[in-house]
Amino acid sequence: MTTVTPPFVTAAGPRARFRHLVAAEWIKLWSLRSTYWVLAAGALIVVGINANSARVNLDWLTHQDRVAAGEGPGAGTGPVYDAMSSAFVDPAWQLLMVVAGSVGALAVFGEYTSGLIRTTFTAVPDRGAVMAAKAAVVSAVTLVLGAVVSVASFGVTQAILREHGGLSIGDPGALRAVAASALLVPLSALVGMAVGALVRHATGSIVTTLVTLILAPAFLQGDTYRWVKELGNTMPVTAWSTLTENPAMDFAPVKYASSVTEAWIVFAVWPLVAVAVLVTAVRRRDL
Amino acid sequence: MIEVTELTKRYGDTTAVDRLSFTVRPGRVTGFLGPNGAGKTTTLRMLLGLVGPTAGTATIDGRAFASRPRGLRHVGALLDAGDVHGGRTARAHLRALAHGNDIPRGRVAEVLGEVGLTDVAHRRVGGFSLGMRQRLGIATALLGDPPVLLFDEPLNGLDPEGVLWVRRLFRRLAAEGRTVFVSSHLMSEMENTADQLVVIGRGELIAAESVTDFAARGTRLSVTVRTPDAPALTELLTAEGACVEADGEALTVTGLPAAPIGDLAFRHGIRLHELATRSASLEEAFMELTADSVEYLAGDAR
Repeated sequence: MTTVTPPFVTAAGPRARFRHLVAAEWIKLWSLRSTYWVLAAGALIVVGINANSARVNLDWLTHQDRVAAGEGPGAGTGPVYDAMSSAFVDPAWQLLMVVAGSVGALAVFGEYTSGLIRTTFTAVPDRGAVMAAKAAVVSAVTLVLGAVVSVASFGVTQAILREHGGLSIGDPGALRAVAASALLVPLSALVGMAVGALVRHATGSIVTTLVTLILAPAFLQGDTYRWVKELGNTMPVTAWSTLTENPAMDFAPVKYASSVTEAWIVFAVWPLVAVAVLVTAVRRRDL
Repeated sequence: MIEVTELTKRYGDTTAVDRLSFTVRPGRVTGFLGPNGAGKTTTLRMLLGLVGPTAGTATIDGRAFASRPRGLRHVGALLDAGDVHGGRTARAHLRALAHGNDIPRGRVAEVLGEVGLTDVAHRRVGGFSLGMRQRLGIATALLGDPPVLLFDEPLNGLDPEGVLWVRRLFRRLAAEGRTVFVSSHLMSEMENTADQLVVIGRGELIAAESVTDFAARGTRLSVTVRTPDAPALTELLTAEGACVEADGEALTVTGLPAAPIGDLAFRHGIRLHELATRSASLEEAFMELTADSVEYLAGDAR
């Protein structure tokens, strides 16, 4: 064909705005069925475990009370019991960390394993911005999940244990514990996202997330070696334990324990590093 | 306009694309041809900034595509119909892409209608056939109404009606003044679609010219002759320096045009039932040119 066609003129496009990318990632997250049931199941299971723990403890406490009442002196006081621990049962919250970490990892590796990432980056060549928007959406959603589970767990368990030292949110350390638990969930999701961007495969991403969030801190326990304990203190789950401790309780002091401030620093640094890793890992890689 | 200059991509010792230079102009359909493994897909991915070149540059409308914050209004691309998430519906897939590029909502329904997927827009892509995915990929490419469109093997998996539709679509897009660059490993697919051709083999440029010029490269014209007196004519033709392949009454003659063959037969009183010039098809020209650069040959090496 030798006919001369006038060149196609593109209408000047609107400005590239971050909120457009956030809207796109929002649609992407909620247009997958798995999002709904993973979040719903995760929330129900964790609140369930915590509530059950409170119920079991309640039975035990009631029994102890009867024993104490029958023994004369000190009758009715019962054993010293930390009601707060029932709201923050370790395995339950670790499970929620795994759920959130998987949701985060899936949001990233899902794009790679399906090949969608090429379509995504062809539509938006600014790769870092895409991942930043994805991180914003995933952390917002998982923060809501964390807040709902944390408030529900605290509310339900303390209500069950109201006769046995159940706390209200105004009690010392209660608000801190609830807030830290809520924040633990988006933190885990962001770690999952960073791992997903580095590993890019389904199984590898999930396993690595699990190792990073749960297994590594489990190995870094005990105070035999100071460096082991201090390395362990930098782990989110250990920081969370510090932040959810009931300050009213008189626990035996732990050697090389981290302070509340240090724990908050851990909570701030992990998400920042995770986002930095996520945004840079996708930058210059061939697809 | 697409400009590729000295573009090179190496993976370790393997050179996938080797100092490739060509230009793709607007207003026409340009076919991007080469055997499997010639480096077409790598080249297209480098154009889109998905793969970083080892050396050289690739620009679209004067700019490296990767330097644009948003892409859909500048370039529409269908690289691989499988580059979607099977768990999303066709509509959700397009809606997300539209949102990210601030493309109005109504455009999603428009492109779905244009590619004929309106009725299945609410269905999840995982259940789509390859042909339906190709249509979704084309819808994605059209979403931003872009001046440049890239398609990697877009006819794969389409039924004949779909192939016809895609060809008309490409022609229309080019007629609107857009740059349309379509890859294929089959010349026959390009024959009725493309105006220009960029042919590569083993990552190197073999030809960049119009389809007409390319067809003319199909060097040897042959003449088909049908005669009841084949042996006699064969002898005469061979004496004249022509090359003859006999198959019963039919002779395929190369090295001598039709007119002298007819004259020769007339002088010697040999009856001819057929005398026809057969120009090499584009397919043959393509095969001939890429013969040395075919990466994966079936059977014995040539």
